Amino acid sequence: MSTNGIGTELIEVVDLKKDFGKLSVLKGINTTIKKGEVVVVVGPSGSGKSTFLRCLNLLETPTGGKVIFEGVDLADKKTNIDLHRQKMGMVFQHFNLFPHMTILKNMTIAPMKLQNKSAAEAEKLAMEMLSRVGLADRANAYPSQLSGGQKQRVAIVRALCMQPDVLLFDEPTSALDPEMVGEVLEVMQDLAKEGLTMVVVTHEMGFAKEVGTRGIFMDGGHIVEENNPKEFFENPQHPRLKEFLSKVL
Amino acid sequence: MFFLNAGQSSWDKFVGDFVFNLIEKDRWKYLWNGLGVTLKITLFAVLLGILIGMVVAIVRSTHDMTGKMKIPNFICKAYLSVIRGTPVMVQLLIAYFVIFTSPGISKVMVAILAFGINSGAYVAEIFRSGIMSIDKGQFEAGRSLGFSYVQTMTLIIMPQALKNVLPALGNEFIVLLKETSISGYIALEDLTKGGDIIRSQTFNAMFPLITVAVIYWIFVAGLSHLLTIFERRLRTSEH
Ligand SMILES: Nc1ncnc2c1ncn2[C@@H]1O[C@H](COP(=O)(O)OP(=O)(O)O)[C@@H](O)[C@H]1O
Ligand SMILES: [Mg+2]
Repeated sequence: MSTNGIGTELIEVVDLKKDFGKLSVLKGINTTIKKGEVVVVVGPSGSGKSTFLRCLNLLETPTGGKVIFEGVDLADKKTNIDLHRQKMGMVFQHFNLFPHMTILKNMTIAPMKLQNKSAAEAEKLAMEMLSRVGLADRANAYPSQLSGGQKQRVAIVRALCMQPDVLLFDEPTSALDPEMVGEVLEVMQDLAKEGLTMVVVTHEMGFAKEVGTRGIFMDGGHIVEENNPKEFFENPQHPRLKEFLSKVL
Repeated sequence: MFFLNAGQSSWDKFVGDFVFNLIEKDRWKYLWNGLGVTLKITLFAVLLGILIGMVVAIVRSTHDMTGKMKIPNFICKAYLSVIRGTPVMVQLLIAYFVIFTSPGISKVMVAILAFGINSGAYVAEIFRSGIMSIDKGQFEAGRSLGFSYVQTMTLIIMPQALKNVLPALGNEFIVLLKETSISGYIALEDLTKGGDIIRSQTFNAMFPLITVAVIYWIFVAGLSHLLTIFERRLRTSEH
């Protein structure tokens, strides 16, 4: 585990609020994510986990509060969000690979267009990444030719090709057949070991407990409890976390 | 013997009509040149329509997705409403007699503009449905990598949308090919008008008009066939 590698503040979330019309989904979230942390976010369905994650890279525009990433408030309208998103990768439940591009193209298009990498440079990096996740031989395949687990591994390395400072995961294994969950969690565990900062919304409690450096429990638009994984899972304080864990463990 | 005679005489009549309507005085040139005008107007009108349609579709779906571009969206909606709410024939006449009256502008150009502007309204809705058919996750994946809105549209959404709507665009070409047959109303000598001119010279209505119909049909049937093959190809290469 990379607990001892945890460093300076990377993302500071200050009084983050998000409404959808009359529905208040995030009611004032405060937390700080440090370099090297693996923050696992758990909670009942509809508690605002995805919304919280999507506010971190402004896929949802916060109604109020701040998301300070590397010293810049992303929620500020004057911030050029495209620039900062390059440093925050995101992995989705449904992979969202680009179906009209090969796996290699999926991985090289952003570095080439956004970081002015040459095709050769971008391809070299992409092939290294693909080898890491055991998919180098699928470089010229199209997403539809891959299994769910393979797609999600590609989605992870596609994000990594931008060499981000943090990777956001929104239930990366929830859309997978059970036998494919392991291969994706394994990749994520490797990344954690290497010290990549990650924020992971997940229902995989085993992974959360083993790989997470901090657990966050969300309920009703609030962070109800936040603690190191051992305390979080073995000695939960809040009755709602106790109830939640008793149901899912 | 009787049938043979009948056959012989109708064949003779056909040859006679053919020579009289098409060969004498080089009348075939009315159809040949007319066909050229028809294809020219159709091709450039389709291209103009695609250009207009793409812009309108992007404005409309940007507005639907982000709530931005309120004024451009309003203009686009007005355009769609007017064009789709009035007959193309009336639009062509207004274009020729009211809007593009400057002598410097050719009739072919007026027709291209009129049919192109008309087609754009239909193509816009084709593109819009194409854009809307792309999963929202594609858009989010593009943005999350750091692509701007425009980059996401052009690199990720439009190529997929375009592929989805290619058959519908091909169909629009066929529709327009037939629609341009009203160009005679602004004194353009297109294929239809060519046939009509021959009719007025030979006082034979059937032969030139049927010939015109057959030429349209050959193009439409041929294009439809190509389109079917093309669609099948798209489907088998579906990624
Ligand atoms: N785009 C949206 N528009 C309206 N309501 C939304 C939208 N996205 C999420 N919600 C609502 O916000 C609440 C929290 O959703 P979400 O963040 O997805 O929860 P979780 O990921 O914890 O299941 C839910 O009630 C959901 O219906
Ligand atoms: Mg969710």
